[in-house]
Amino acid sequence: MRKPKNGGVWMILPLYLFTIAFVAGPLIYVVALSFATANEGYGVTWSLTTANYTRILEPVYMKTFVQSFQLALTSTVLNCLIGYPFGYYMARLPDKQKKRAMIAIMLPFWVNSLIRLYGWIIILQKKGMLNHVLQSLHLIDKPLKILYSYPAVVIGMIYVLLPFMVLSVYSSAEKLDWSLIEAARDLGASGTKAFWTVTFRLTMPGLLSGIILTFIPSMGLFFIADILGGNKIVLVGSLIQEQMTRGSNWPFAAALAVILLVMTTLMIALYRKLTNAKKLEGMGWE
Amino acid sequence: MGMSRVKKNPRFAGFYLGLMFFIMYLPIAVVVVFSFNESKLPVAFTGFSTIWYEKLFQNDAMLEALVNSLILGCLSTFISAVIGTMGAVGLSKIRWRSKGAMEYLSILPLMIPEIILGMVLMAFFYMLGLPFGMLTLLIGHTIFCVPYILMEVKARLSGMDPALEEAARDLGATSFRAFLDITLPLCMPAVLSGSLLAFAMSMDDVVITIFINGPRVSTLPVKVYTQIKTGVTPEINALCTIMLGVTLLVLGASALVKRINKTGENADEKQAH
Repeated sequence: MRKPKNGGVWMILPLYLFTIAFVAGPLIYVVALSFATANEGYGVTWSLTTANYTRILEPVYMKTFVQSFQLALTSTVLNCLIGYPFGYYMARLPDKQKKRAMIAIMLPFWVNSLIRLYGWIIILQKKGMLNHVLQSLHLIDKPLKILYSYPAVVIGMIYVLLPFMVLSVYSSAEKLDWSLIEAARDLGASGTKAFWTVTFRLTMPGLLSGIILTFIPSMGLFFIADILGGNKIVLVGSLIQEQMTRGSNWPFAAALAVILLVMTTLMIALYRKLTNAKKLEGMGWE
Repeated sequence: MGMSRVKKNPRFAGFYLGLMFFIMYLPIAVVVVFSFNESKLPVAFTGFSTIWYEKLFQNDAMLEALVNSLILGCLSTFISAVIGTMGAVGLSKIRWRSKGAMEYLSILPLMIPEIILGMVLMAFFYMLGLPFGMLTLLIGHTIFCVPYILMEVKARLSGMDPALEEAARDLGATSFRAFLDITLPLCMPAVLSGSLLAFAMSMDDVVITIFINGPRVSTLPVKVYTQIKTGVTPEINALCTIMLGVTLLVLGASALVKRINKTGENADEKQAH
């Protein structure tokens, strides 16, 4: 008895046209570009070559990938260590405090990350707050040179990505059936044992999706490396930016972007599979 | 209740959470506090002063960037509100096979790393021969603004009774009239809160903007970015504080819209009963 719903067609048209022209179009163009050859200036010759991809395998660029990977790994591991207890304890707060903690953790999301990173510059710089405090407490003689170093970049990465980790751990710890832990304790398990055999296993999905959400972004966040690391730390993201501007080899930049895009897509697919699996199984990750 | 024994946090937990939140908000607090500091050195608070704000407002390049950001934010929010709202309503009606793919594709700009989106757009606009400037920025910002509005309106529509619009159609309204008189007013809160988020995101973006702004046009966050790279000055503190204030205002407005809408709904329900 329903009327034919043809009213949707003209409503959808702007979205379809816009998305195809400016989302699908550019992405397809860049994939094509990654197989082209760079000319002098910004021009390209359209030849089907895989040279841009094999060029990534050159030691200089592989080093960038390895460096990005290491940095991503370091910040992800630290993110887990800091973020897991954070999210876990948050889930165990009384309801009212839980709500407040939620708002407190969401709010910085909306604060421009530049402003937050700028705050770290003020704190970490040579004549900054941290050194001032440490020196007046006579803990150090000479100011520490943290800013424009590897640790500064790691701090920045963790700082920007931690909320993602906390929120995903929180969401799986929140759904935890506490009577299971209670049962384990009743059956004689120590608190530590109950945690590792029950709680930790059941919150694994949250931890894993947190890892997925933070790992790939930390390879692309070039402005963190740029602001807090000076020019010393080159990430895949910085390499793309450099090739687009000073290097002016766009096909190579396109190839790098495609690789990063493929990795991101894989991570998203994995994330979806994980969250769906979680839904289907109710809670456990087996 | 035996439950409380296992669910209770150890005393250490409170300390840990407190410390974490302190570290989280410390950099933001530092920026705000030192924007009102008399001294140029951000190590100790020597006295309250608004001198850095005064200096900021004498800086023509900054003001121009601010105007650019505002124009860009308003225009891209408006265009994406139109595209996103119509798109969400349209998506709820059609049963095409491409629907799922289209939904995925239109939300994609939020999921791929910003650097890739920026780089991809730069190459694409260059290929099209578009001059880098306001136009490319407008298209670029609209691309990542659409998903916010689309998602908000879609969520709102899914909780709505399709019979309302059908009734209007049965009573002889054209589909356009039915949309204007029934669907749009009901979606308006979602359109507004989505638009506010989109506006905040547009006012905030650095990475995508930096690829497509061209040599002459600058936005506020891009100005901040280039300044930060050259060093710390109290004017940037003042600027960041203003940007922070604007973001909080927009967020507050968005929350208010949602709350008003909720109480309105509750009142409707009470009336109905």
